[in-house]
Amino acid sequence: MTAPVLRRPLPGFGDRFAVAGALLIALVVLAALLAPWLAPYPADEVDPVNALLPPSGAHWFGTDQVGRDVFTRVLYGGRTSLSIAVAVLAVSAAAGVTLGVVAGYAGGWVRDVIMRVTDVFLAFPALLLSLTLAVVLQPSVTTVVLAIAVTWWPWYARLSASAAASIAGRPYVDAARCLGVPAPLIIVRHVLPNSVTPVLVQLSLDAGGVILTAAALSYLGLGAQEPAAEWGLMVQQGQTLFTTNWWVVTFPGLAILVTAFAFNVLGEGLRNALDPRRIVK
Amino acid sequence: MARYLIRRLGQTLLVVAGVVVLTFVIMRLVPGDPAVAYAGPKATPEQLAEARERFGLDDPLWAQLGAYVRDLVTGDWGTSLRTRQPVLDDLSLAFPASLELVGAALVLAVAVGVPVGVLAARYKAKFPDFGVRVTSMLAVSVPVFWLALALQTVFASNLGWFPIAGEYDDTLNTTSPLTLWTNITIVDALITGNWPIFTSTLRHLVLPALVVAAYPTGVIAQMVRATLIEEASQDHARLERALGFRETSILTRFALRPALNPVLSLIALVFAYAIVNGFLVEAVFNWPGLGRYAVNAIFSSDTPAIAGVTLLVALVYVLANLVVDLLQGVVDPRARVR
Repeated sequence: MTAPVLRRPLPGFGDRFAVAGALLIALVVLAALLAPWLAPYPADEVDPVNALLPPSGAHWFGTDQVGRDVFTRVLYGGRTSLSIAVAVLAVSAAAGVTLGVVAGYAGGWVRDVIMRVTDVFLAFPALLLSLTLAVVLQPSVTTVVLAIAVTWWPWYARLSASAAASIAGRPYVDAARCLGVPAPLIIVRHVLPNSVTPVLVQLSLDAGGVILTAAALSYLGLGAQEPAAEWGLMVQQGQTLFTTNWWVVTFPGLAILVTAFAFNVLGEGLRNALDPRRIVK
Repeated sequence: MARYLIRRLGQTLLVVAGVVVLTFVIMRLVPGDPAVAYAGPKATPEQLAEARERFGLDDPLWAQLGAYVRDLVTGDWGTSLRTRQPVLDDLSLAFPASLELVGAALVLAVAVGVPVGVLAARYKAKFPDFGVRVTSMLAVSVPVFWLALALQTVFASNLGWFPIAGEYDDTLNTTSPLTLWTNITIVDALITGNWPIFTSTLRHLVLPALVVAAYPTGVIAQMVRATLIEEASQDHARLERALGFRETSILTRFALRPALNPVLSLIALVFAYAIVNGFLVEAVFNWPGLGRYAVNAIFSSDTPAIAGVTLLVALVYVLANLVVDLLQGVVDPRARVR
């Protein structure tokens, strides 16, 4: 996934899957961004008289146990989920790429040390380490972001290290070194821009996983807290009502499914488009 | 091969050491004083001092780490604050139950994922392929806790086809008590010929195993499909086509064997993922495994238990990776130089 990615432009979106995924994501992002205008009710408006109403013209997705409009809260929940995903990917990519590029450029014992530390973090399944960290820290959205980012950065470190190592051997890098350009400048100006592409592809592949992990942590009560509108939390709060009031649990769960699906489809499509070996003729 | 083995074992030891240190560090991050947690809020300063002494909290950090490692190696993984049992004893009961669930799920995943992947590759870019790709993508994107709740509501609560929760019917413990050998209920029931518990466990397994199997099935189907399609464009496939073999038999007789190699390593990687994913499923179905244990530990701030689960699953994960690499080294000599 290193060299071909750098040279190959997007071949006209050969795979319709990628397009479908991109469209779905656009829809989800728009719904989340425009939530304050699209939502028919205020997100936190409690209305006990109208609690647990089934879906109808007035309440498309019904109302929850304290009479809040489920459709409204699903829209607002998208804001939480997408912000968590963006924050996690930004933090872990920044940390991972920095360490990876330094490791790949420096080589030798620096690379060995950084890569062994990476191995240790990769030894924990992502959800497990996030779970443990989320327990130790206080439950909040920030905790979720930190807990997931800690488990995600090693992948980017690994990816960018191998890309940076191949760039570091190129003649133009040698030339810069001979001219006396200091190492930090070489890394920032030459190595970094050329080794960041595989990470960008990986980010789109990972967004779905981050959203699922964040939802799982919130479902366990380790993330966003009441009265925040968050999909995982909504499922947790409604789970005892599933048999009698299916809509309270079904719609937030579907929202998670659709969002994760959209990102996974886009990621898969991008990978097919960028990796020539996997293109289906 | 010997050199490869030694290098790989050395790497594994380093990672295990790192895992222990990291677990230790995380557990030191816990807010609050462990001495207060142990001695209780009404403890006198003397009792607190005694607790600090007992846990070595006044020692330097490296000495505490040393004591932690020594305890781990001698089998003292601490005492659960919730169950008041040694953590290792709790884990030795919970881990087999998780193995049972994940094992059943992986059998299901291979049994469904491989044929479905072959089907998609055989009819690539046609309707069956499209169906398999969308379904497998849905299977990897579904939040497990939600799928667990949905299946439980529909097939257990509403239709009553399967039991709602638990590992087997508890009343069977009096009518036909189970003799424990491996602590894996279904295996023990089978070797001791305990049919009531065996069939009860099978019925209880169906729904949770289906949910845990969703992700591995999707991943295996995608992997088999991709590898088969690549394999079918190789020179050997062209020769087989020229010799008059049909597409289906090219895929199943010649292409499937090399394609199963990556699937093998995928299974080991998915195994650890499935254990952790199973945590949420176990919590929903009240399955007496690591997940239920971990979730209960979370809600009662049972730090030693959480540390134990974390360490155990990480060790299992490292071990699974090692086994895969060694197997690959045996099967494929090229893997040894990587």
